[in-house]
Amino acid sequence: MRAATRTLDVTKYLLLLMGAVVMLTPLIWMVLASFKTLPEILTFPPTFLPDHVNLDNYRGVFETADFVRYFVNSVVIAAISVVSVLVTSSMAGYAFAKFTFPGRDVLFIVVLATLMIPFQVRVIPLYVLASDLHLLNTYAGMVLPTLVDAFGIFLMRQYMLSIPNELIESARVDGAGELRIFVQIVLPLAKPALSALTIFTLVMSWESFLWPLLVASSPDMYTLPLGLAQFAGRFLNRTDLQMAAATMTVLPLLIAFLFMQKRFIEGLATTGMK
Amino acid sequence: MTSQVLRRGRGPGSSGALRRQQTRWALVFLSPALVLFGLTVFYPMARALQYSLYKWPLGAPKTFVGLDNYRRLLLDDGDFHKSVQVTLYFTLLSVLPTLLLALFAAVLLNDARLRFRGLFRTVYFVPVVTSLVAVGYVWRALLEPSFGLVNTALGWVGISGPGWLASPDWALQGIALMTIWRDLGFYMVIFLAGLQAIPKEVVDAARIDGASAWRRFWHVTFPLLNPSIVLAAVIGVINGLQLFTQTYVMTGSAQQLPGGPLSSTRSVVIYVVEQTFRPLEMGYGSAAAFLLFVMIMVVTLVQFRIIQRKFEY
Repeated sequence: MRAATRTLDVTKYLLLLMGAVVMLTPLIWMVLASFKTLPEILTFPPTFLPDHVNLDNYRGVFETADFVRYFVNSVVIAAISVVSVLVTSSMAGYAFAKFTFPGRDVLFIVVLATLMIPFQVRVIPLYVLASDLHLLNTYAGMVLPTLVDAFGIFLMRQYMLSIPNELIESARVDGAGELRIFVQIVLPLAKPALSALTIFTLVMSWESFLWPLLVASSPDMYTLPLGLAQFAGRFLNRTDLQMAAATMTVLPLLIAFLFMQKRFIEGLATTGMK
Repeated sequence: MTSQVLRRGRGPGSSGALRRQQTRWALVFLSPALVLFGLTVFYPMARALQYSLYKWPLGAPKTFVGLDNYRRLLLDDGDFHKSVQVTLYFTLLSVLPTLLLALFAAVLLNDARLRFRGLFRTVYFVPVVTSLVAVGYVWRALLEPSFGLVNTALGWVGISGPGWLASPDWALQGIALMTIWRDLGFYMVIFLAGLQAIPKEVVDAARIDGASAWRRFWHVTFPLLNPSIVLAAVIGVINGLQLFTQTYVMTGSAQQLPGGPLSSTRSVVIYVVEQTFRPLEMGYGSAAAFLLFVMIMVVTLVQFRIIQRKFEY
């Protein structure tokens, strides 16, 4: 009996270990390849470590594409999205959770129903709208579809339902204004939800590809994924350069994740929709 | 005092003046979201519906054609049919294995006695936070038929690997493989959350009754996990049906439109973008996008019915 349990345990660890190797290999391969020369990457059978660490690929990438600029663009766009989603979601979530007004439930269902609409249905009219408003190839145009998020509203409402009404009531009795109650009492209590929503929106924004692809027409507006795709598409057979560029694209979020793992996983899991 | 009790759970005040004040403040708090919703969701939706009834090359005047775009898409357009087929096949190819593997990993990693549990979870989750575009290019290199790592590894165990992205029969499988790798950790986390919500007593009771590990999983854990499975399946299918980035990155280049070889990876979204932004036919593209919307809705509703009914106890 005990021997059987031990075999089972060993099998378990072996399976998990194999899985871990499969999960990590592509990323390790990417980083190692970014230091290799092209002939080295193409050797058969494949080598593991680079012959010597050379930074030529990174130099090569920076000579043809401005990845620093793409990084800055990604950060600016993510920051605008995050701030806007946090503000609109927490305000609307508060209204849905703590106020009574005619049509509240119907309106809430309508907002939730929009989650069913795939982005692709809205993309053509949004493009025409951005074009009419002269927002193509601008930050404002790039963030336009990400300023408000139905799931964010849902999340904040659910969370704020748990805030005791008595707290809000007594602040009112003490003569605090509605805005002050919201900012000084409700928001601090909703911090866990705000933090989850921040991570979720950040990752969404960092990942978004279709919309930037349509809206950004000049390289100085490219985000990291878009810049990488344009770069890699031009140097299709230069796996060495591609892997350096890919490593630079992956690294920022990966570092953020490794520092705040728990929040990342919670943020992505509680919000669910990807 | 009495009024305080009455108010509980409903926010302040039920008298007329207070109620009007409440409505006014609710509007204040709602307005930023509602204005932006109107601009970026409701207005574009209405417009999309309108466009889909017109023939409208960008820059040229639009002509009303009624349901003709839909008729052409549904009856005549072989390319669109093929893209629907590709999309559905991809969804099946990627979602089913991802969910099975994620469930398996979650069950293994749910064991509190397991060492390095946190480390394993982190490792399995890492691909989720990598850029889809970046890992798309990584996998494009890994799937290279003659010297790529995947076929090399297959060679070690005596399998001669297929041409992957270069072959019309294997390109979609290659994309699915990459998608499984990337999304597994996400669904694993959903399942772990579900597993942790199952009361330990229930599983323990089954153990005391003498149920084997497999029976405990199949008859106790699995049915109780149903809400997580429904959630994961619905999210997975919705994502699968919107396949775009992987195809774009793994099959396209500056010289070549994505979706090849021989349109074997050309999904509906790739098709919509192609239709709309190459010949700039906004009306036809909008109609195709609306059909995708309908497809997603139908598949989601069907899923809710099937999965939820099957395991009801």
